[in-house]
Amino acid sequence: MHRMILRPFCLLTLLVTGMIAYAQHDDHSGHEQDDHHEEAHHDGEHGDNNGHAHDAECGEHDHQHGPYDPKATAMHHIADANVYTILDFVRIPLPCILYSKETGWDVFMSSKFGPGHHDDGHYAYNGYVLHEGSVMKVIEPGFPAVGKHEVGGFSSDHGADKTQHFVCYQGEPQLLEAKTVWDGGILGGGVTSFYDFSMTKNVVSMILVSLLLFFLFRSAARGYAVREGGAPKGAQSLLEPVVTYIRDEVAIPFIGEKQYMKFLPLLLSMFFFILGLNLWGQVPFLGGTNVTGSLTLTAILAIIVFLVSNFNGNRHYWQHIFWMPGVPVFVKPLLAFIELLSLFIKPLTLMLRLAGNISAGHIAIISFIGLIFIFGNSGESLGGGVVGSVLSTLLTMFMMAIELIVAFVQAFVFTLLSASYIGTAVEEHEHH
Amino acid sequence: MTGTLAAIGAGLAVIGAGLGIGQIGGKSVEAIARQPEASGDIRGAMILTAAFVEGAALVAILLSIFFQ
Repeated sequence: MHRMILRPFCLLTLLVTGMIAYAQHDDHSGHEQDDHHEEAHHDGEHGDNNGHAHDAECGEHDHQHGPYDPKATAMHHIADANVYTILDFVRIPLPCILYSKETGWDVFMSSKFGPGHHDDGHYAYNGYVLHEGSVMKVIEPGFPAVGKHEVGGFSSDHGADKTQHFVCYQGEPQLLEAKTVWDGGILGGGVTSFYDFSMTKNVVSMILVSLLLFFLFRSAARGYAVREGGAPKGAQSLLEPVVTYIRDEVAIPFIGEKQYMKFLPLLLSMFFFILGLNLWGQVPFLGGTNVTGSLTLTAILAIIVFLVSNFNGNRHYWQHIFWMPGVPVFVKPLLAFIELLSLFIKPLTLMLRLAGNISAGHIAIISFIGLIFIFGNSGESLGGGVVGSVLSTLLTMFMMAIELIVAFVQAFVFTLLSASYIGTAVEEHEHH
Repeated sequence: MTGTLAAIGAGLAVIGAGLGIGQIGGKSVEAIARQPEASGDIRGAMILTAAFVEGAALVAILLSIFFQ
């Protein structure tokens, strides 16, 4: 039984160590240089970083050398990245798959960027650079479009309505293309000219969690085959109560005895997927991926629920939306309008709730850790740093305990609401 | 002290959600105390309603994050 559970973990460990080995193998060109570079930054001495002389010439410097900025730190830590960083020293390169209309497909590992401190790349590759873990394109005319070129630090210009990012190349700041933002550039953001199909940190986390769930459930399924009718053991004991809980407390009451079997697999998959990713992001020192806190993933999950509930909607469901029975005729169009709106607000809140809660948890934890730097005045005051450390440890532990509950509650709430939306769509009406 | 109107909006949304969820929690504890045998149903309804209240607050909070 132990072997059953141990095997997937061994496999995962092997996979991860293999990736690290690859990272070290691929990274060693210029690795020593990187170390010097980083040490120099940590000591705050900019003079002696050999080979990076042009670093200081680029006017305003990258923000990590200035005073501690809690907002930027929080936003960086909840964002997706093209490199899997563990504790800012293990950097697992991930494949970048980029397509741009001018230059076509570019497929390479993100180790080509030589990611260093704060996930900023030390090299530009085919006109792309790595800034804070994400791939950005240099749009300054005259920047070499092909090949690997060493670049200096990054800088940002926080203008009145939008922020511009620059990379230092041969002593000159080069403008970077604005990242794609959620609204597609209506409110002053941008849409990149290239498509990024990269396997990011979030994608890797999703794959790892899916594999883990697959092995866990396969082991449980084997258990049922081996011990048919017997007492559950191992993974079975872990999963059976949860599965029956979702079935008896969520699927049957909301969808109904007759049809719940059709939707139970979807509900269970969503529950365990969300729960697994919530908990994966909670593991300390493991990258802290914020997968369920990214709107992209929750939007896809919400769209799945939206499609499933509406494609299974029966006549009564659509009648209740467009021509509500039992109310005066003049109210019907008004109700139809409201119902039509709520049709789209339902998946929207589903999406926002999960992403908001999980991101809020990650931001709260990183902010509490940031108290060390705020109290310690970015390393200036030792006493403040000690006080901040004690305070931040206690607060972080408290927050992580809360987040453990939130991880379960949000997975449960998402499943419950999905079941209720599907339930209203397939419900049989006998009362009119 | 710097800040934006969006931050005040986020704070107002949190006050609203706090009042709403507090009402739900308080009333359901009362209901469970009155009828402990119905605690399962009450808890389910409580979580569902709290999720709806929270959804309304989250829309406000996320809008205030994005529009600041």
